Order: sequence, then C-alpha cells, then structure tokens
Amino acid sequence: MTMTVHVDIVSAEKEIYSGLAEMVFASAELGEVGIAPRHAPFITKLTPGEVRVKVTETEQQSFYVSGGLLEVQPHVVTVLADTAIRAKDIDEAAALDAKARAEESLSDKSGKIDYAKAQAELAEAIMQLRTLEKLRKRGM
Amino acid sequence: MAVGKEIRTQITSIKNTQKITRAMEMVAASKMRKTKEKMDATRPYSKKISQIIKHLAHANPEYKHPFLQEREVKRVGVIIVSSDRGLCGGLNSNLFRVILKHFQEWEQANIEIDVAIIGSKGVSFFSSINANIVGQVTRLSDMPHLEDLTGLIKLMLDAFYQKGIDALYLASNEFINTMTQKPGVEKLLPISATELEEDLSGYWDYLYEPDAQEVLDILLSRFVEAIVYQGLVENNACEQSARMVAMKSASDNAGNIMDELQLVYNKARQAAITQEISEIVSGAAAV
Repeated sequence: MTMTVHVDIVSAEKEIYSGLAEMVFASAELGEVGIAPRHAPFITKLTPGEVRVKVTETEQQSFYVSGGLLEVQPHVVTVLADTAIRAKDIDEAAALDAKARAEESLSDKSGKIDYAKAQAELAEAIMQLRTLEKLRKRGM
Repeated sequence: MAVGKEIRTQITSIKNTQKITRAMEMVAASKMRKTKEKMDATRPYSKKISQIIKHLAHANPEYKHPFLQEREVKRVGVIIVSSDRGLCGGLNSNLFRVILKHFQEWEQANIEIDVAIIGSKGVSFFSSINANIVGQVTRLSDMPHLEDLTGLIKLMLDAFYQKGIDALYLASNEFINTMTQKPGVEKLLPISATELEEDLSGYWDYLYEPDAQEVLDILLSRFVEAIVYQGLVENNACEQSARMVAMKSASDNAGNIMDELQLVYNKARQAAITQEISEIVSGAAAV
C-alpha cells in the first residue's frame, strides 16, 4: 500500500476538499511545490494558480485557488485558500471605500432623512396608537 | 343594512397584514436554512487557521507579532455586526444595549472608542448617538462574500498596527438555536496568550517561505478576517430566525385581533337585527 497524507483545502466561505492523497502540488510563491507524505513541517504563501491533489495513481483532482497559505505537517496538509485575488492596492482601495462611506453618511446627517431611524420612530408611534385604541375599546 | 361596515373593513385590512407577515415568516424560514448552512460551512476554515496559529506560536517563539502582544489600552476599536433590514424582533436593539454597556465601562476608564459598522441598522443607531464611526459597510446580500469585508477589517488592522487602537473587539449575535440569539462582545486583538497554549511534545519549527514574519502577518490578518466573516454569517442566520419568530407572533396576533373584531361585529349585527324586529313588533302592536 502506498503512503498517503491527509489533505484539507478550506476557504473562509466553505470546505473545498478533505481526504487522503498520495501527493499534493501547489504553486508557492517561490515556485511550484510537490508535497509527499511525511514532508517536514513547512509553511508558505501561495500564488494564484492550481492546487492538484493526486488521490491515487490514476485519479487526480485539481482546484483553482486565488492565493492563500499552504501548511504542511508530516501527516496533514492544509491549504487555506483565499476566495478572491488579494493584492495590497485592492485591499487599500476597499479600506478607503469603507471609510469614505462612513464619512459620507456622517456628513449628510443634516440634509437627508434618516430612513431607518424614521421608520423606527414610526413603528413605535403605530404601536402606541394601537395600544391606546385597544385600551379605549376595553374601557367602553 | 350598514351595520359594522367599519369593523368589516378593519377585519379585511388586518387579514391583508396577516397575509404579508405570514409570507415573510415563510421566506425567513427558508432563508434561515440557507444561512445556517453557510454558517456551518465557514467553521472548518477558522478551526484550521487557529490550529496553525497555535502551532506557529509554539514553533516560533522568538518573533513577537504585534497582534500577540498586550499593551496599555487607550483607545479601542469595535467592529459591530448588525442587520441591514428591520422587522426582526429585538435582535439589533439587544445587541446595541450590550454594546452600550461596554461603551459605558470604557468611558469610565477613559478609553476612547472607534467603531466600524456592518449593516445599516447599526449605522443609523450609532450615528444618532454620535459614536466615532471610522468605517462602514452596508447593503450586503444574504450570502455575503469575504471580499465585502476586507476593506473594513483592514482599516481596523492598520489602526492596530499604527497604534491608533490598542485592542479590537467584535460585537455580534451568537446563534444558539432558532429561538435564541445571544448578543456578545468578543475580544479579537491582541490574541490572548492563554488561548494559544497547547501542549505539543517536542520542539520543532516550520520551514518558511519566504520568511516567518511575512507568513505570520498574512496568517494573523486572515484569522481576524475569518472570525469577523463568521460573525457576519452567524448574525445573518440570527437575523433570519429572529425575523421568522417575530413574523410568526405577528401573524398570531393578527389572528387574535381578527377573532375579537369578528365577535364585536357579530354582536353589533345581532343587536341591529333585534332592534329592527322589536321596532316591527311594536309597530304592529300599535296598529
């Protein structure tokens, strides 16, 4: 029987693969790596590319990952896959965007009607009216 | 005979409301199932990543990452997860109440607070109490993606790196079961040392590519992202189940009101008939 290693491929949103394999190939930052069972503990960044899992001599499965991390221990290989391409400038832009939106909503506080707040007040007023009506009906 | 026309219209209108609440209840029930599945699907990632961090903290004690170091707290950051839509019972207000309690404690200790908010209910509440909102993300779908949150989280992580904030908290609802959601405020950063303690026999270290620091940087920020994402997905499941329960009780209440009104209507109708008969009878007697 050939040696196998347990492989888990997970992303933040779901589990992608879990099972035994004879070998795992992935595109690491410093070049493609192939991990066989009993590999020394190893951790590396992945670049966008394919992760191939050799389940048996004849069966292979491949997954596309847009980056992430690969962790290797003698009997477990874990791929922490990113769900989207992560680059410093994309993240930066998203951060600025989140900030800008907060500033925007703070600045138009006076001008625009705060709908959610108005709705809450309205709901409260309706409830009060309804209770009053009920009380009045009971009283009669 | 125009008896109880108003009551009849009232009954019809309540019946229509009940139709709406019942439909919302059913929609929420099916969405709840989906969001719960999604919630369960995110678990393996955060479990794996915290395992690796434990290994790393054990394997590599000489490099101290800022996320793992406690420092004096002068300013805290809070990421608040709220829902975008209302009509979900006391879900958001219960959470906000718990958050405000923490705010009070911090204020008493002279700690300043920065908040980053997910969900428009949170934005409107915290801007009305003039909290210092540094970032916000609203109008997410029921099936949010991690990328929707990365900007917001990066804001907070950068602030932590630059010592703008000294601790980071996550406020969200915990899904216990369909009937119960538990609001809570959880500390994300710095990651406490006790949490990382694990008994590993023998000393070993990883081979790092490109180097330990870079790998650890990515790993820890992914870790925080994963927890916040999980918080959001869990809050979604809470929102749907809270809405389902709220709409169910609304439908029940509508039913009760309808029953009461029907009784009032029947009485009025009967009274009108009795009156008419007695008028006819007394008219006949007079003749």
